[in-house]
Amino acid sequence: MNILEFASLICLGSFGAGFLGALTGLGGGVVIVPMLTLLFGVNIRLAIGASLISVIATSSGAAAAYVKEGFSNIRIGMFLEIATTTGAIIGALMHPKLSTGLLAVILGIILLYSAFLSSRPRKDETPSDHPDKLAVLLRMQGSYPSLDGIKEYQVRQVPQGFGLMFIAGAVSGLLGIGSGAMKVLAMDQVMRIPFKVSTTTSNFMIGVTAAASAGIYLAGGYIRPGLTMPVVLGVLAGSLAGAKVLVKTKTSKLRIVFGVVVFILAVEMIYNGITGKI
Amino acid sequence: MENQKNNFTNAKLENTIGNLLRYGVLLSGVVVLAGGILYLIKYGTMTPDYVNFRLAPESLRGIGGIFAQAFQFQAAGLIQLGLLLLIATPVARVVFSVFAFFRQRDYLYMVITLIVLAILLFSFFLLNL
Repeated sequence: MNILEFASLICLGSFGAGFLGALTGLGGGVVIVPMLTLLFGVNIRLAIGASLISVIATSSGAAAAYVKEGFSNIRIGMFLEIATTTGAIIGALMHPKLSTGLLAVILGIILLYSAFLSSRPRKDETPSDHPDKLAVLLRMQGSYPSLDGIKEYQVRQVPQGFGLMFIAGAVSGLLGIGSGAMKVLAMDQVMRIPFKVSTTTSNFMIGVTAAASAGIYLAGGYIRPGLTMPVVLGVLAGSLAGAKVLVKTKTSKLRIVFGVVVFILAVEMIYNGITGKI
Repeated sequence: MENQKNNFTNAKLENTIGNLLRYGVLLSGVVVLAGGILYLIKYGTMTPDYVNFRLAPESLRGIGGIFAQAFQFQAAGLIQLGLLLLIATPVARVVFSVFAFFRQRDYLYMVITLIVLAILLFSFFLLNL
């Protein structure tokens, strides 16, 4: 296989990852590293570098669409970015200290959680009429467009959400993924923010989070242009296409299919990490 | 009335941030694509090696080196320049938000956004990028 064929195949795979990632709200980054390492035999540290940059493309590309739809809550996102960017720097600095096998196993575990999350049935209504004091102080309440008109919501458990966001940021910096699943967990389950607002605000935050560790990876030489180029272009095109389709499509069946794919990749990553194949 | 005005500026803020992100990503995409085409013309028939953990050359790891190579139309330098623009896009979004919150007289969120910006700049200059 020469560089042209290699780049074309990687670009195609990345397009699919970006498309499904945007549609399911999990981000394409979560499958980029397994795809590069398991399918193409790419070194996991270089794969993580390429994935991290592509995560910025997915996030910014899709967020551009979501912000305009009025789903994202910019204030919540900005406040929580204090936690995610700090975590991201720590994660990126930790990365060289961990073995490739351990990185693969941790990524596998995160993937398993993502698969679980995407396969779960989802109810969009989250009653939250008892806001946290901090949430009131920070004016985090908001509204979003739904089928029954504009819906208002309150925000709860801000400190717990903030703590989880720090961990999500560290995982993002360590593994070059968007940590979308963990960010959504913090916002949807802990802070009780409506699901659609959680996923789109998470997407909006991912770019800034990844930017905080991207400089560290670039300066460390982990960003190889020949590898990152097809990944970024594929993911970018895929996520733009995915975000266009998202607002009109029911994604429950697709989430299950994507969940199964992610589950298989997770098991393979963990197996290869433990047996020392990665 | 106050609330209505606030909603209006929020919508405007969201619209501008959306545009900023879109154009930033498109611009970086075009630069990466241009570099990528040059790269494939030059190296397309060679054999890829990403199995081994080989780092990018020193000249492609910092802003100065990347700009120098990009302006000589070196393929790899152009790709890295596009990637730098991609990294800069969310940072530009944060910078813009500082001004937007200031104009809304939302000083609490202006400070929060400045903290995020400080963390980002720290991450870049910490490593003498």
